[in-house]
Amino acid sequence: MPASLTLRAGLLSVAIFAAFIGAWYLATLPTAGSAANVDPEYAALVSGAASEGQKSAFPTPMDVGGTLWEHLKNPFYVRGANDQGVGIQLAYSLGRVLVGYGLAALVAIPLGFLIGMSPLVYRALDPFIQILKPISPLAWMPLALYTIKDSGISAVFVIFICSLWPMLINTAFGVASVRKEWLNVAATLEVGPLRKAFMVILPAAAPTIMTGMRISIGIAWLVIVAAEMLVGGTGIGYFVWNEWNNLSIGNIITAILLIGLVGMALDLALARTARLVAYRE
Amino acid sequence: MTLFTDPFDARHRLTSGCACGRHASQADHEADPAASSEAHARGAVEGAVMRALFPHDATRRAFLTAVGAGTAFAAINALFPLATATEVFAQGLKPEKTDLKVGFIPITCATPIIMAKPMGFYEKQGLNVEVVKTAGWAVIRDKAINKEYDAAHMLSPMPLAISVGAGSNPIPWTMPAVENINGQAITLAMKHKDKRDPKDWKGMKFAVPFDYSMHNYLLRYYLAEHGVDPDKDVQIRAVPPPEMVANLRADNIDGFLAPDPVNQRAVYDGVGFIHLLSKEIWDGHPCCAFSASKQFVTEMPGTYQALLKAIIEATAFAQKPENRKQIAEAIAPTNYLNQPQTVVEQVLTGTFADGLGKVVKDPDRIAFDPFPYESFAVWILTQMKRWGQIKGDVDYAKVAKEVFLATDATKLMAEAGLTPPASTTKSFSVMGKPFDASKPAEYVESFAIRRS
Repeated sequence: MPASLTLRAGLLSVAIFAAFIGAWYLATLPTAGSAANVDPEYAALVSGAASEGQKSAFPTPMDVGGTLWEHLKNPFYVRGANDQGVGIQLAYSLGRVLVGYGLAALVAIPLGFLIGMSPLVYRALDPFIQILKPISPLAWMPLALYTIKDSGISAVFVIFICSLWPMLINTAFGVASVRKEWLNVAATLEVGPLRKAFMVILPAAAPTIMTGMRISIGIAWLVIVAAEMLVGGTGIGYFVWNEWNNLSIGNIITAILLIGLVGMALDLALARTARLVAYRE
Repeated sequence: MTLFTDPFDARHRLTSGCACGRHASQADHEADPAASSEAHARGAVEGAVMRALFPHDATRRAFLTAVGAGTAFAAINALFPLATATEVFAQGLKPEKTDLKVGFIPITCATPIIMAKPMGFYEKQGLNVEVVKTAGWAVIRDKAINKEYDAAHMLSPMPLAISVGAGSNPIPWTMPAVENINGQAITLAMKHKDKRDPKDWKGMKFAVPFDYSMHNYLLRYYLAEHGVDPDKDVQIRAVPPPEMVANLRADNIDGFLAPDPVNQRAVYDGVGFIHLLSKEIWDGHPCCAFSASKQFVTEMPGTYQALLKAIIEATAFAQKPENRKQIAEAIAPTNYLNQPQTVVEQVLTGTFADGLGKVVKDPDRIAFDPFPYESFAVWILTQMKRWGQIKGDVDYAKVAKEVFLATDATKLMAEAGLTPPASTTKSFSVMGKPFDASKPAEYVESFAIRRS
């Protein structure tokens, strides 16, 4: 009897991971150096690779594993304003994302609702939304810093402006495409406008709205890393920048891994919520 | 007249022979036990009042010869409580605010600003300063203008650029102290190790930290002196220092004129070699600066004075070669420069690997001298003019005086027990060509390659 699909997929995942680590390990095997004729005084002043006339090497999987363990062992240390544990940095980033995203949701969902209910407004606002939607978050940054005059609020603003559009568009679309029959039934029963909005349109549009929210949280998490690399100070983006400054690839890979894991967790949380509001026609 | 010239002395010569300006010669100055900081403070306050009443030397002299110094002193004292003013000044103004934020870019130029934190120089002045690492010059400028930082580490041309409104809106900005002199270098990628003559550099891509930086002006100067037009023959782009080595490694650029530890880090990682130390272009050139808005200086004089005093003392400490190793250890950790300690140590001690297999010993690779000579500012302005960063007529001397606060540095250096220079200008030459700060326009005209 063949094993279940989940089990086989799991095995395949493990195999792919092992192959990846193996290839990485082979690629970073140390090459035989010719350190014989190097002045020891000079060699003491440069890294091992440079004393052999090479560029410093990419870290091996073991190096990165060690770095990762170091960070996970003690994620909440504070050694001064510019050197804090990776857990604290992630918390800063998450905080910014949640504030920016929360504000965007507060604006986008009611606004999208109104836009969706009126075809006229929908048409009138469409060009603005289409132009503002594809703007890169980093393009907003200089403008935000200049006008808002506070780097922390600027970062939140950038999150806000970037996670606004998918939610707005999806909400408007979901509201606009509620089935005519349902609205007609509501009209026949002489349901009031508020009751219609909350009892008919909202449940009908909820899955589409949730999809918009899920896209937005993904974007918000993408944006925060870039924004923090630019303004610095705190957050996982700052951590990446600070280690880039030190050319510490091991730390950067660690941060990349953690960013991926947190992003996945955020997405999963919203996927769960989306399932609660789903319905079958 | 310097601040310490005694304006109550009618016979005082307008030029003086000593560092503080109160004595006829340097020898007299050293012999005078009253040249203590308290006496300095009293003299400075009385002098300031006298000078405010009689801004013209001739009028003051006439007044003093007519009534005598004693009468003049008594008359003024009746109108203005000199004793109280002197007392307040001698005690030092109380800092209006003790929790401060100072921004810095992680490079060794910022050594005094950074080390003052772990080594307790700020604490000694009763300040609780948080030094905040910042990603790039444009960000540090915006954060300083937005008042997120009370003061900041800047490139010495930036306060001038901000004040004249080049690259930002004009905001009165000040530069009370230079941090370091020398300490930069031209680094090239390893593949260019045989191209040591700048004439062979046509078509290359170079990086400098910022458009308004000594690095940009020095690199342009160096290239132009070798007949390479920095705008037409090569490409020069602004890259934040921390990203330079990564770009050199990725072959995005062929070289850079950068602050340390970037140069040494390129050597450490086997990515590049040090072609030339910046001291060989202009020995004793200023680089980075400690800067604050004019508003901060005037609204919080006590805080400003305490902060500047901490910086000046830290700078003096950093200048001593025997302290350099200890400083490297203090500023290398992740919280500050985030570099291997040996890299920082090589920069500060001047015993370093050049990237081509040699160990070079040059104790003057970087030096620390806080004094913001006005002639430095004039030179920087001439280069801004030369490369078309500022258009129209420039009042070189006026801008220099308003931005580079040489007088304040003189006063605080004396209070810190250091010997300030006798004059606020200094003559120097760049690549053998002497610079006369009194003829800036002619200097600009004298270059064959220029954009203005």
